[in-house]
Amino acid sequence: MPPTQQPPPVQRVRIRYTKRGRLRFTSHRDIGRAFERAVRRAGLPVSYSSGFNPHPRLSYAGAAPTGSASEAEYMEVALASPCDPDAVREALNAAMPPGLDVVDAVTAASGALADRLQASCWTIRLPGVTTGDAERATAAFLATDAVQVTRMTKRGLRHFDARAAVVSLRTGEAFDPASADPAQPCAILQAVVRHGEPSVRPDDVLAGLREVAGLEASAAPVMQRLAQGPLDPRDGTVGDPLAPDRDTRDA
Amino acid sequence: MPATSSARSLWSRLEPLLPLVSKPIQYVGGELNATPKDWDAATVRWALMYPDAYEVGLPNQGVAILYEVLNEQDWALAERTYAVFPDMERVMREHDIPQFTVDGHRPVGDFDLLGISFSTELGYTNMLTALDLAGIPLHSADRTDAHPVVIAGGHAAFNPEPIADFVDAAVLGDGEEVVLAISALVREWKDQGRPGGRDELLMRLAASGGVYVPRFYDVEHLPDGRIQRVVPNRSGVPWRVAKHTLMDLDAWPYPKKPLVPLAETVHERFSVEIFRGCTRGCRFCQAGMITRPVRERSITTIGDMVDNGIKKSGFEEVGLLSLSSADHSEIAAVAKGLGDRYEGTDVSLSLPSTRVDAFNITLANEFSRNGRRSGLTFAPEGGSERMRKVINKMVTEEDLIRTVAAAYSQGWRQVKLYFMCGLPTETDEDVLQIADLAKRVIATGREVSGRGDIRCTVSIGGFVPKPHTPFQWAGQLDHQSTDVRLAKLRDALRCDKRYGRAIGFRYHDGKPGIIEGLLSRGDRRVGRVIEQVWRDGGRFDGWSEHFSYDRWVAAADQALAGEPVDLDWFTTRQRDYAEVLPWDHLDAGLDRDWLWEDWQDALDPDGREVEDCRWTPCYDCGVCPQMNTEIQVGPTGKQLLPLSVV
Repeated sequence: MPPTQQPPPVQRVRIRYTKRGRLRFTSHRDIGRAFERAVRRAGLPVSYSSGFNPHPRLSYAGAAPTGSASEAEYMEVALASPCDPDAVREALNAAMPPGLDVVDAVTAASGALADRLQASCWTIRLPGVTTGDAERATAAFLATDAVQVTRMTKRGLRHFDARAAVVSLRTGEAFDPASADPAQPCAILQAVVRHGEPSVRPDDVLAGLREVAGLEASAAPVMQRLAQGPLDPRDGTVGDPLAPDRDTRDA
Repeated sequence: MPATSSARSLWSRLEPLLPLVSKPIQYVGGELNATPKDWDAATVRWALMYPDAYEVGLPNQGVAILYEVLNEQDWALAERTYAVFPDMERVMREHDIPQFTVDGHRPVGDFDLLGISFSTELGYTNMLTALDLAGIPLHSADRTDAHPVVIAGGHAAFNPEPIADFVDAAVLGDGEEVVLAISALVREWKDQGRPGGRDELLMRLAASGGVYVPRFYDVEHLPDGRIQRVVPNRSGVPWRVAKHTLMDLDAWPYPKKPLVPLAETVHERFSVEIFRGCTRGCRFCQAGMITRPVRERSITTIGDMVDNGIKKSGFEEVGLLSLSSADHSEIAAVAKGLGDRYEGTDVSLSLPSTRVDAFNITLANEFSRNGRRSGLTFAPEGGSERMRKVINKMVTEEDLIRTVAAAYSQGWRQVKLYFMCGLPTETDEDVLQIADLAKRVIATGREVSGRGDIRCTVSIGGFVPKPHTPFQWAGQLDHQSTDVRLAKLRDALRCDKRYGRAIGFRYHDGKPGIIEGLLSRGDRRVGRVIEQVWRDGGRFDGWSEHFSYDRWVAAADQALAGEPVDLDWFTTRQRDYAEVLPWDHLDAGLDRDWLWEDWQDALDPDGREVEDCRWTPCYDCGVCPQMNTEIQVGPTGKQLLPLSVV
């Protein structure tokens, strides 16, 4: 028996979702399974791939590493019949576990979502690090042209430059209100990092800070993506990647 | 159990450490349908443990059912805990973090009860890790009123003697009702102000007749090492402790709220238990002996549970579980009804391995209407007809060939066959016949399908004699002989180029089976071996990458030194009728004389075949009169109504 040929999708909905609280430890694969089950539970008329083993057409772009929190993860759901994006957001949000919250949904216009995800804005909490130490380290880092770091990847140990991708790097508060021990210093860095190949992740920036200034946190740093989207070349800020889709709808 | 109500969460201390360990998601909880409850509102608090990694333990039905049953009571609370991986154990010891639950990240030591479900004996060392990390003394005798009551359940609890020193109590059989009965007893005792402390609570549990408290029984030995007798050491304690049998499965349609993890687990499906018990009478099968009689869920309850489970979980696969699922009296109607209901959706249905029976191909076809014909699994268990008679699994070679011919001619490409090696009276010749069988299977498949890409996988496991079965007296085959036999089989499968690549061969060496045998039929002296292995670093003994046979052998030598017994004595030695077995005071309902006669029939070439008492007259295994139960099977004559499916 040949596999059933599935009709092409009639609508694509782009979604922003979060990785909050303890669900920051969810891996990309875990999130994929969670969304597949959520579309089924939510009863969305999702479009399926053809073949013997049809899968819901869900695609992901620019996923944050396991352990990093995020306010700005993106995915796209292909639908077999048209839906109001707000209804999709509500249904999916109700079907996803709290922490993986679906916070925005728009109907896709033209253009690939992945192309708009040019840079990310991160905060990095560094337990046990004073503002002064953090400022000295970031200054040293920004003063160099290149900082070689290494990271173990699936394809083995890779060496690359962590400096060029960093658009900006600032130091914030000295005390972390979220910390278990509010008396302990905790520098908070804010970084805008350009996406590229090889991709430079916030932990690579930290490796760079360790490399140039010996900066070490007393416990595991906590990273959170605040935004990802198009990079404004004038002021180095990160914009809303769904804005073009919204503009098309409003027009 | 702690006198103060403490709801402290370890999360803030745990969270910074999670980036340091592998697969951190397994420690965070937050599963869909998990039930966090108010600590202070509950009187009786259970930590439920599956003593293996989260990815193995989360899908376990037993724990999932008890978790739901307990959390439905407004006065009770249950949270889950699993074995932590060795990297996490190191981090927890370094940072002084105790064993915790994944629901509330509460210390296991803060609960009233710690219930541990043992599907297999290989989880015993993981129990010791959890107790130690929890700050609970390893030995029951060293615990005070400040510690939880540790209760073992699951199939391995039908002989809890090897862990008798580590657990405070053990419960045999179905847990749904007894977990509430135990909770009610604990609640009453707490409401009364905990009179008599821990000792009185254990005494009340023992006196109820349904809970085995090992400390209230003394085991006396003969000079040669055999057990002389097991006797209660105080009045009010029953001589024998009986298993529990849930008689109305339709009244207990759990899981109602299936736990859906974020982490990847070994079973990614929603499972419905379509009946409990099996009376096929396979002599090696402990599950079939200790879960009698057969109690079916009705076709309508099954249909409702599948519908509810899919809606609440979002799983795309539904497994219809039981010990022999094709034996449900209305399985054809169930298969057709569910097939109709979910045709054209992405919901798929599956059966676990089935008996060799052409009818099962019809079922499998119903379950794969979407066109997927991936693989079918059958379990003939014995390689030769003689062997299958010894184990009372009467399948002829012609049955098997007819069945696989039907499968291959209807589009199935792959058939998996399960066998055992090391069965009583087995010779090399019996095992080598597996090779002949596999080759005939391939030849038949090629002939009926006209294709060359037919495959067959032979999967073979070492036989381990289990308590409460007719083979409980058998000597286990030593691991060297098992390995030699399997090597001969491998050579026989590989020698013929025409079939070599079409036949897959999966097997395990004989060593882990010997340790499983030690733990299955051991007595209280084996507890010392378990503790020694654990002190020597033994963890996750069910995992080949962690299991060390040499560590077990060294620990057995050391811990049993000076005793008239050793590893061989517990495993390869055949027992006789008069010997007191370590579990004889634990009552699975089976008449000991019936088991013995069945064992003799197995050894006798002219011995009787035992038929299934669902369709033939009662053969007096003893369970129904002893347990006051009866067979509950359909047909009900009802049909599944189509649902409107999203």
